[in-house]
Amino acid sequence: MSDNILTLRGVKTNIAQYHILQGVDLEVPRGAVTMLLGRNGVGKTTTLRTIIGHWRAHEGEILLDGEDIKKMPTPAIARLGVGFVPEDMGIFADLSVEENMILAAASGPIDQTRLQWLFTVFPALETFWKKDAGTLSGGQKQMLTIARAMIEERKLYLIDEPTKGLAPAIISTMARALRELKEQGASILLVEQNFSVAKALGDTANVMDDGRMIWSGDMKTLATDAELQERLMGLSLDAQH
Amino acid sequence: MSAAPDHTPTMAQISLSQRLEPYAPVLLVLGLMILGLILIPTTSSWLTLTVSGLAMGMMIFIMASGLTLVFGLMDIINFGHGAFVSVGAFVGVSLLLVLEHMTDAPSLALNLTAMMVAIFGAMAATGAMGWAFEKVIVKPVYGNHLKQILVTMGGLIVVEQLIIVLWGPEEIYITRPEALKGAITFAGAALEKYRLVAVAIGLVVFLAMRWVLRRTKIGLIVRAGVENGEMVEALGYRLRLVFIGVFLAGSALAGLGGVLWGLYQEVITAHMGNHSMILIFIVVIIGGLGSVEGCFIGALLVGLMQNYVAFLEPKVALISNIGLMVAILMWRPQGMIPVVKAK
Repeated sequence: MSDNILTLRGVKTNIAQYHILQGVDLEVPRGAVTMLLGRNGVGKTTTLRTIIGHWRAHEGEILLDGEDIKKMPTPAIARLGVGFVPEDMGIFADLSVEENMILAAASGPIDQTRLQWLFTVFPALETFWKKDAGTLSGGQKQMLTIARAMIEERKLYLIDEPTKGLAPAIISTMARALRELKEQGASILLVEQNFSVAKALGDTANVMDDGRMIWSGDMKTLATDAELQERLMGLSLDAQH
Repeated sequence: MSAAPDHTPTMAQISLSQRLEPYAPVLLVLGLMILGLILIPTTSSWLTLTVSGLAMGMMIFIMASGLTLVFGLMDIINFGHGAFVSVGAFVGVSLLLVLEHMTDAPSLALNLTAMMVAIFGAMAATGAMGWAFEKVIVKPVYGNHLKQILVTMGGLIVVEQLIIVLWGPEEIYITRPEALKGAITFAGAALEKYRLVAVAIGLVVFLAMRWVLRRTKIGLIVRAGVENGEMVEALGYRLRLVFIGVFLAGSALAGLGGVLWGLYQEVITAHMGNHSMILIFIVVIIGGLGSVEGCFIGALLVGLMQNYVAFLEPKVALISNIGLMVAILMWRPQGMIPVVKAK
């Protein structure tokens, strides 16, 4: 029997008059990295935002460890152990790096051992610990936003395009951090446009189009089948890298 | 083959004006005070007017600080904020009238005790009223500015009428506690004792708010919530509860401001809160919506400007603060210390 930490069944989400998600089915296995792929505007970000409760699903089921969280408010979902890294990073620019991290440790004081580990993964955070987060570079901000999700152990991490717009050197730091998180047995649902990163990290892949899931399977299968990529996403992703 | 040109990288120097940029709002207050010193004929008059301006500024800050946070946190435009000022003044003054034997006694301890009772009574009443106001009037109109303006304005009118029902339509005159009457003389200038006390209370409120916002987790949540409420919720904090707390505290502070303002004017009316809303909005707008520091500096500027201009050119005093707002918005359209909004 499969052990899924998160299951979406027939999830439909409307934003104003637009039907963005039109019946999304998704399974996120425990302790694995699940990739959510697809072209721009197909509903990947909306899927993550619906799971965390920023948008309300008006139909379907969202089961976290068997519990339906569809109607729960965002803070309650977060307190169940869901860490969220939004596409726009959601950094508090007027707060220092330290203050951003203190806030992220919602259940109590920062665990110093975990913080030291994060400093080894993202050395820049220690260097700029007292600086306002707004003064960091784009890559450093992205490191902070991932570190903020990682400062406490979460049941599930929802991460939206962590390498978007970053320099190659930063992308490799980010990929290394996500790999370390994966090695710790974390369950991750990752939206990623960089196919090299997706290939390296993903265990399973789900491809969306037009507000629906059109393909689910092993990441390896998708990564090695250029024709399948072409058919699902309208281009050969492998050819880009 | 020509040699490659020498590579001599240069680094642009940060100019003095760029370095002073973050301190510009504070420098503006100092600049205004220096301008006042130059234009006002005698130093003693300048000192009297400056203390008076600072006292007025501190009282406006106390009344406005809650409004700026409420707007910053939940994007709520509360035109009913003045109702808390009026109710605070009426409750506080009523308590002072009940405790007349203490306020009339020539004892600083008794006078201050009576003041404290009046202040805490007013804050408790307006805090409770703020909680009810949020639940009944503000909550149903989240996310709709036009409805917020209409319904909170309506709330203000209802509260004003309730004050008239409870306390009558006449204005109530109040004399300050015995120890706070009169003035002390410093460097040839007469400084009203009450204004000095108002400055002290304003400073204490500002420093306490700053401490809470900078040094406590709840303060961090409020500051982060002003910037990006959605992300604060995604971290597991119930922003709605924080907002209710801020609304309640802001209403209580407006009540405190009402007591101080009433004693400053020595007369209270049901419409005093409504009238003070003009100054409160000016301060909140020029400070930068959601910024406590901006609100503080804005309030000092408004207080000083009003007092200096009223002395130098009384006819211009009426438009001086609007003029100040226009000038500041032309300089910094988001206010002096704008809060970085995520969206």
